[in-house]
Amino acid sequence: MITRRNVLRGATAVLTSTVVGASTARSLAATVTLAFENGERPLVKYPQKRPMIGLTSRPPQLETPFSVFDEGVITPNDAFFVRYHLADIPLDIDPETFSVEIKGKVDKPLKLSLANIKKLPATEIVAVNQCSGNSRGFMTPRVAGGQIANGAMGNARWKGVPLKTVLDKAGVQADARQVVFGGMDGPVSDKTPDFAKALDIDHAKDGEVMLAYAMNGRDLPFLNGFPLRLVVPGYYGTYWVKHLNEITVIDGIFDGFWMKSAYRIPDNDCNCVEPGTAPKATIPINRLTVRSFITNIKDSAKAKAGKEIELKGIAFDGGKGIKEVAVSVDDGKTWTPAKLGKDLGNYSFREWKLPVKLDAGVHGLKSRATSNGGQTQPLEASWNPAGYLRNVVETVHVTAS
Amino acid sequence: MKRTYSLALAALTALLLGVSTSGLVIAWAKPISYKLPDETAKFKPAPGVEIVQNNCTACHSSDYIATQPRAVKSKKDFWQAEVTKMIKTYGAPIDEGDVGKIVDYLAANY
Repeated sequence: MITRRNVLRGATAVLTSTVVGASTARSLAATVTLAFENGERPLVKYPQKRPMIGLTSRPPQLETPFSVFDEGVITPNDAFFVRYHLADIPLDIDPETFSVEIKGKVDKPLKLSLANIKKLPATEIVAVNQCSGNSRGFMTPRVAGGQIANGAMGNARWKGVPLKTVLDKAGVQADARQVVFGGMDGPVSDKTPDFAKALDIDHAKDGEVMLAYAMNGRDLPFLNGFPLRLVVPGYYGTYWVKHLNEITVIDGIFDGFWMKSAYRIPDNDCNCVEPGTAPKATIPINRLTVRSFITNIKDSAKAKAGKEIELKGIAFDGGKGIKEVAVSVDDGKTWTPAKLGKDLGNYSFREWKLPVKLDAGVHGLKSRATSNGGQTQPLEASWNPAGYLRNVVETVHVTAS
Repeated sequence: MKRTYSLALAALTALLLGVSTSGLVIAWAKPISYKLPDETAKFKPAPGVEIVQNNCTACHSSDYIATQPRAVKSKKDFWQAEVTKMIKTYGAPIDEGDVGKIVDYLAANY
């Protein structure tokens, strides 16, 4: 594996480098309390980021405050969540000397600089990046891992070069089966498995998987994978390798820890098991489950009875696109289809709106999305040992008077 | 001191290069350094804290522990499983004799 140390150049020459941020403690006085047991978190300020919900400081893990999702369907770069596994993250990167290697079962191994990549024909795609363990804190019973609420997701317009373009340039050999991706972040101990992910060769060559260098029209924020990351539309964020500098075509199935042992889901129809039990067989996590959220009403909110309120929210799935979002204001007894907003593509958040009137009393407001592939959010939460894939219909309680 | 100087210089460099600066993404074609905020989270002071400090913090900050669920069936089982995972899966070089003390500290304090 290439570690960040190999690409450090002039890191000590502070005088000629650009420093992003400050070295002072940036824990703001404020805290937020996520809606599960032991959910108190500091609001923290990191360079290039607005105040975010701090999960861990080493490695840095930042959750997006949920109110951000009501600002629009595109998640701003400065509010986009951050998740790392391993603490040896790159902190000095020279975009001029940065390069990504394409090697293994290819006719012509390549080493492409960022400038080389930017000269290739670019494409853009709007796509949701969601952490596999988004909403893990709501699992019942609870499971170990990053204890996040619903803010480890975001939707951005990614710009870059299709992976297919560089694979074709390198000439993938006939016996290729998978492509393995490695980034500059790595473990502190050499006994800890380095982070690497793999995709099947057909998936890697589908023309949509992208080497992205821009996000919402700007360079990637440092903690979101600057200067280059993999974008795997429709797939969980674990595949979206950050600081991407190594692409290896192999003729077998990659057996690295982060594919073979971690990020596995039960191999059955629901990808779930009885709470507290272990699955018999597992497969690598893959496509996002269908989800939706009400974004403009907070739980325990108060509203005026009899007055029209416009409910607003977002929905998304693993790439088929959203067919319908149904909304209930009576705890799921009756459902009304919402009006879908602008279609930014099948991998994007889709906005929805629905005007409702609430009688006096307490109401359970719910939204339930169905994808073009026919998948619908379940009314009861399912469970798996790692706390992945959560997509139960969420409920927001409102008291109207 | 150093940070003020570096930031000022960075801005100056960007200006001299005519690079548009907005927010903190600055001077292209220069190494870019990212300063993480200082780590402030600390383990709870209690018997066993030194062992935990010495064995856990090489790879992650203490908030990874502090944010785990407390409402679990058995804290001891929960933390035993986590410590075992750190050793077996992530290669944490923890002496066998320390495992019990670490689990006891975590179960008692988190």
